[in-house]
Amino acid sequence: MKNLHDIHSEFVKDSKSVVAHTQEYLLRMDEVEDTLNALVSVVGKGALSSAQESAERYSNGKSLSLADGSVATIKDVFCTKGVRTTASSKMLEDFVPPYDATVVSKLKAAGVVIAGKNNCDAWAHGASTENSDFGVTANPYDLSRVSGGSSGGSAAAVAAGECDFSIGSDTGGSIRQPASFCGVVGLKPTYGRVSRYGLIAMSSSLDCVGPIARSTADIAAIMEIISGPDERDSTTVEVAVPNYTEELDKPLKGKKIGWAKEFFELGLNEEIKAAITAARDEFVKLGAKFVEISLPNLKYGVPVYYLIQPAEVSSNLGRFDGVKYGYSATESDNLIDNYFRSRSEGFGAEAKRRIMLGTFVLSAGYYDAYYLKAMKVRTLIKQDFEEALSKVDVILSPVSPGTAFKIGEKTEDPLEMYLADVYTAAVNLAGNPAIALPCGFDSNKLPIGMQLIGRYFEEGTIMNFSHQYEQTTKGAGWRKNKVVI
Amino acid sequence: MSKITVEEVEALAKLARVGLTDEEKRSLAAQMSEILDYARALDEVDVQDIAPTSQVTGLTNVYRQDIIVRSELSREELLANAPESEGGSIKVKAVL
Repeated sequence: MKNLHDIHSEFVKDSKSVVAHTQEYLLRMDEVEDTLNALVSVVGKGALSSAQESAERYSNGKSLSLADGSVATIKDVFCTKGVRTTASSKMLEDFVPPYDATVVSKLKAAGVVIAGKNNCDAWAHGASTENSDFGVTANPYDLSRVSGGSSGGSAAAVAAGECDFSIGSDTGGSIRQPASFCGVVGLKPTYGRVSRYGLIAMSSSLDCVGPIARSTADIAAIMEIISGPDERDSTTVEVAVPNYTEELDKPLKGKKIGWAKEFFELGLNEEIKAAITAARDEFVKLGAKFVEISLPNLKYGVPVYYLIQPAEVSSNLGRFDGVKYGYSATESDNLIDNYFRSRSEGFGAEAKRRIMLGTFVLSAGYYDAYYLKAMKVRTLIKQDFEEALSKVDVILSPVSPGTAFKIGEKTEDPLEMYLADVYTAAVNLAGNPAIALPCGFDSNKLPIGMQLIGRYFEEGTIMNFSHQYEQTTKGAGWRKNKVVI
Repeated sequence: MSKITVEEVEALAKLARVGLTDEEKRSLAAQMSEILDYARALDEVDVQDIAPTSQVTGLTNVYRQDIIVRSELSREELLANAPESEGGSIKVKAVL
């Protein structure tokens, strides 16, 4: 499939192709959505009128950006003005935001056509989209398997060709793991790189916003549009946005890649280990040098994450009280009773589990033993990454211990599902940027992904490595695998 | 063992304002016990003299001028999502 640069050149030559481009994606949605379920809402009419406006700009030679006329779908946790935004939860089934999230308004200002809202785990809680109140999203490479999560709808839509790219959110791996399960590229930027204004908050010290696309070049182009400080999100940082596209073609000769044995000790599937080892050889051929590093506290990533994150979730979900917006129970005796009923009926099992866990670890008597302790171990994890990245330019690792699992396989045991975050959650705790990209297929013909982790605000460096790998493996046999839908 | 009892689940649910069925209480007690047990892996980590991390980019408080910025949205738009409204205000159930 074409990348954003190709599409843009095509539009410049023939502005009539802009509307046709959107129409093709809307037809593709019609064709696959009954089976795939990657979208909670399709924005057909709005998409076509945006495409029409884009076509007019191209015919006047005044396109707004490289991405003008390209088609995006947005994870349904980002507010879209006038378009229902559900967080894939019954609680927000009828919620129509009166404003756009900053990332959405930036895309619109660049001429991007918004064609749908992606399914995800409700409130972005999960690693499979099975927690969605609107049904699971199937994996485009095997419809009996999950697409990953929580941004499973985003990754599946990109892989199945329902859009050019999607915007997801990543709190413990929610962009990288589904990208890896669906054979596409996903970037979790540095904490504070992309504004979260208008994102339905999950865990405020961890949530990051980033793109999912079919190539690193597209990721770079999108990052140039969506990055940067925002006065409406005080956690965004005043760091200039580089020209990421220019960084892609830098040679890797002499660059250093870190290899930590700890990443390969935590129950990793052998086929994934082999694929990542093969990727390592490709980087060596490109002139990069491998350096042994150590991340001794990596193994504490999941326990720390599952104490800090529910604590923040319990706080962020406190605002859903059945009063201002969202689901409200009908037969309540009084205000307090209405809180209990609305939250009982509106939240699903996973949200309740996290609210309860979070309330527990923040409660008097347990705060020091659980929450404070977790925040201290977080410091050690952060220091591990800082130290390792003072010796190397990037760290190469797996994304997930396995490839896409069967629908229903892990739903009975929440803890087992949480362990899917073992290689990704630690990166959110540390705040570094990381990209997930395809590096092979397993014997079940399922995509395998690898992760490249970089220094704070050095997204350009990890994209450089990612792009160079894509170029050198362009003709690899495994790239011939196709989606089954 | 971090054993969470059904009674503790009930007390937490009250704090969190979440109504739970008896079945939910039982399964939450078991699942929370299991998850917290798993988190005990942190017991072995020595964190003496380690400062807690609450955010990673070293930001300090961000201030803005104390000037009221009027919303571009009308009262009607802001109330459109409220489950109940009356006379331009959000309506709540009786407090008592």
